[in-house]
Amino acid sequence: MLRVRDAQDKAAFSDLFRHFAPRIKAFLMKSGASATLAEECAQDVMATVWQKAGQFDPARASVATWVYTIARNRRIDALRRSRRPEPEALDWGPESEPDQADIYEVAQEHLRLGAALAALPDKQRALIERAYYGDLSHSEIAHETGLPLGTIKSRIRLALDRLRHQMS
Amino acid sequence: MTIRHHLSDPLMMAYAAGELPEAFSLVVATHVSLCNECRAALAGFEAVGGAVLDASPAAGISDHCLQATLARLGQPDPAPVVTPRKRGTLPSPLQDYVGGDVDRVKWRSIGMGVRQAILPTGPGGSARLLHIPAGQSVPDHGHRGLELTLVLQGAFRDDCDRFGPGDVEIATEALDHTPVAEAGQDCICLAATDARLRFKNLIPRLAQPFFRI
Repeated sequence: MLRVRDAQDKAAFSDLFRHFAPRIKAFLMKSGASATLAEECAQDVMATVWQKAGQFDPARASVATWVYTIARNRRIDALRRSRRPEPEALDWGPESEPDQADIYEVAQEHLRLGAALAALPDKQRALIERAYYGDLSHSEIAHETGLPLGTIKSRIRLALDRLRHQMS
Repeated sequence: MTIRHHLSDPLMMAYAAGELPEAFSLVVATHVSLCNECRAALAGFEAVGGAVLDASPAAGISDHCLQATLARLGQPDPAPVVTPRKRGTLPSPLQDYVGGDVDRVKWRSIGMGVRQAILPTGPGGSARLLHIPAGQSVPDHGHRGLELTLVLQGAFRDDCDRFGPGDVEIATEALDHTPVAEAGQDCICLAATDARLRFKNLIPRLAQPFFRI
């Protein structure tokens, strides 16, 4: 992803495409899109990944998470045709060099989360997947996910506290 | 700002999944704009989305698709410049709906000094801003569905607790409450419901169809 962002490397983009486009297509079909629409949207999402690569910050989110948010927004446009208000963007500032330790931690969290999701009992994992496919309403979503989100939350919380401190 | 009442995990997950009605999404986006803790929680739930996407079984996609996508790639956007925070009472997601800060809200009186402004949101819920004079109560009401109330200025109290700036009250059908604005400063809130409020008192109940609350 960084080669796409920093060098506009089309070979690296093709690798990303081969990994993510089939998954985005499957994800959107689970959300109720036809195969044709899902394939079109997967191409749109990947084109957006290229277009907005400058916004990708490996110290804040994994590639999969970043691609997921683009796919989600595309789904809202294409299938739900509604608007999604976004939180106020934060100015992390040009001087905030991505911290190598943060980048490493984000990649580790992604692996841990994937392993934890795979290790959940089938029924519980299916409920989480259905929530993200848009198959559950907010009142049907369980309070307890059984996933280790604590480390992600506390790392981001620390980064936000540092940022607010710099701004004040 | 010390925020004591936060959004629930199911609401955060539904927002991260892109499945909340727009009115509730507006409350979440506004609260997250004010609250580091919930912004961090949102990032956690988006990371779950990333894990779910990564674990999705790959659907067949032809090489032709890749070629077609490569053919349409243009010059990437320059790195984004974050617009500085719009200073004011209303966080920026809300300012986008109002078209500015509090001074731009088109209030309508709904009686007893209380004013409201309905915000244009899509199906599945409704959102409105409420302006309650300091010390004044909002008519006693219950809910058929879910009601989220986010305090933007001042504070209110009800049978449950005190809610100050940035706090969200999550009220379900079980709760009948009479929120009272605290003395000192008028209270401004953003409220979203997925069903109509149920007033106990006849007069507000009669007024309901006219004011769309």
